[in-house]
Amino acid sequence: MEIFVDVVLLSMLVATAVALILVRGLMASIMLTSIYGLLSASFFVTMDAVDVAFTEAAVGAGVAPLLLLMTVALVGRREERTVSRHALVPLLLVTMTGALLIVGTLDMPPFGSADAPANQHVSPRYLQHTEAEIGIPNVVTAVLASYRAYDTLGEALVIFTAGVAVILILVPGDGRGTAQATLPDPISGDRQGIVHVVSKILIPFVLLFALYVQFHGDYGPGGGFQAGVIFASAFILYGLLCGLPAVVRVIPPTVVEVLAALGVLLYAVTGVLSLLGGKNFLDYSVLASDPVTGQHIGIIVIELGVGICVASVIIRIYYAFAAHLDRQRV
Amino acid sequence: MLTVTVVTILVVMVAGLGRAFSAHNVFDRVLAANLFGTKTVLLIAAISYLFGSADFLDIALVYALINYISVIGVLRVTEWQLAGRREGRQ
Amino acid sequence: MSTALHLISDAFLLAGSFLLLTGALGFLRFPDVFSRIHACGVTETLATSLILLALIMKSESAMPQVKLLMILLFLMFSSPTAGHALAKAAWNAGVRPRDNRNERGIPVPPDNL
Repeated sequence: MEIFVDVVLLSMLVATAVALILVRGLMASIMLTSIYGLLSASFFVTMDAVDVAFTEAAVGAGVAPLLLLMTVALVGRREERTVSRHALVPLLLVTMTGALLIVGTLDMPPFGSADAPANQHVSPRYLQHTEAEIGIPNVVTAVLASYRAYDTLGEALVIFTAGVAVILILVPGDGRGTAQATLPDPISGDRQGIVHVVSKILIPFVLLFALYVQFHGDYGPGGGFQAGVIFASAFILYGLLCGLPAVVRVIPPTVVEVLAALGVLLYAVTGVLSLLGGKNFLDYSVLASDPVTGQHIGIIVIELGVGICVASVIIRIYYAFAAHLDRQRV
Repeated sequence: MLTVTVVTILVVMVAGLGRAFSAHNVFDRVLAANLFGTKTVLLIAAISYLFGSADFLDIALVYALINYISVIGVLRVTEWQLAGRREGRQ
Repeated sequence: MSTALHLISDAFLLAGSFLLLTGALGFLRFPDVFSRIHACGVTETLATSLILLALIMKSESAMPQVKLLMILLFLMFSSPTAGHALAKAAWNAGVRPRDNRNERGIPVPPDNL
C-alpha cells in the first residue's frame, strides 16, 4: 500500500515537472509550481518527515507561488518563445552530467540502511540523549533548536537578510507603502459578500492555529518557521481581500520591520545570556536552575524569535509587492 | 475499504492533474488546482490513519488553509490583470 | 458496538469514494466552467464530509478525532467559499454558461495573462 502510494505520488511529480517545462503561460507555470510543492510535501509525509512537509506545504505551495503571481501581475508577459538552434551541445552536456550523477549514486549505501555514514556519527547520539538532556518528544525540534542552534541562528539571519534585500530593492525612498484607495473589484469590492464574511470568520482561527503550531513544536510537527509562515499568510489573506491600506492600518510597515529585527535580536540575546552565565554561546542549560528546564525555556524563546522574524519578513515582502501593484494601477 | 478510498482519491488527483495540465482557461486551471489541494488533504488524513500517527493531521489542516489562500490569491491577481487590461483599453 | 461502527464507517467510505468518482467524471466531461465548479463542489463538500466522518469513527483516541473534526469544519467553511469565488470571478471576467444550442459564451480569458 505504501509503495503504491509512493509510486503514484512520484509519477505525478515527474508529470508535473514535465508539464512545467512544456507549459508556456506564466500564470499556468506558477499554478503548476504550487501543485509541485503540494506533491513534494505529500511525498515527504509518506516518508514520515512531517516537519519538512509542513514547511514545504506552507512555503512551497502557499506563499512562494503567491509572491510569484504578484510578480507576474507586475510584469505580465507571456514567456517569449525562444528559437532553439544550438540545442545539441547543451543536451549532450546535461546528459553527461546526469549520467555521471547516476553513476555516483551507485556507490551510495542502500536507502535508509543503518550503517550509512549519515546515521553513524551524531545522529545516534542525538536520538539517544534527547530524552535525558532536553526532555522534549520531537527530536527534530531538539536538534534544530538546541543541538544545532547556531545553524538555526544563521537561517534566521538569512531570512532577515532576504527581507532587508527586498526592502532595499522594492521600497522607494519616499512614501512607505501608502497606497491610495484602488478601484473596487468584484471579489474584493463587495465588503458584505460571501468571500469577505467567511474569510473574516476564518482569519482569527488561522492566527490561533499559527500560535498552536509555534508552541506545539516541542511535541509535534511545527516550530518557529512554520508558525511564522502561517501567521503571515493570515495577514496576506486579509490584504488580498480588503486592500493594502486596510492591512497597513493593522500593522504599519515600520512596526513590521522593527519586529523582524527584534526576532533575530531575541535569538542572539539568548545566546549572549548563555555566555554571561558562564557556558558556551546558545547553551541553554544556564537559563534555569535545572538544565532540562533551561533547555525548555531556551527552545521556547528562540522559536519565538524565529517565528516573529519569519512572519515579519514575509508580511513586509507582501507589503512591498502590493504597494508596487497598487502604484502601477493608480 | 480504506485502501479502496485511497485508490479513489489518487485517481481523482490524477484526473485533476490532467485537467491542470491541459486547461485552456485560467479558471479551469484554478479549479483543477483547488480540487487537487482538497484531495491531498483527504489523502493525508487517510494516510495518517493508515500509518497510525496523529501528527499528520496538523499538516492536513495546513494544506486546507494554503489551498484556500492560494485560490483567493490567484483569483485576486487575475482580477488585477483583467482590470488593468480594461483600463489600458479605455 | 464497534462492529456496527466499523460497518457504518465502511459504508460512509464507500459512499464517499463513489461520490468522488462521479464528481471527477463530471469534472472531466462537463462542457463549461460553471458546471465543472459544481461537480468539484460535490467532491469537496459531501464526499469529504463522508470520508472524514468515517475516519473519525475509525480513530481510536480522542486527539485524532478532534483534529479531524477541525479539518472538517475548516473545509466546510472554505470549500464552498472558494467555489463561489471562482464562479464570481469567472462571471465577472465575462465567461457565460453554454446554452443548449452548444454555443460558447463570450470568449474566456486565456491563461497567458
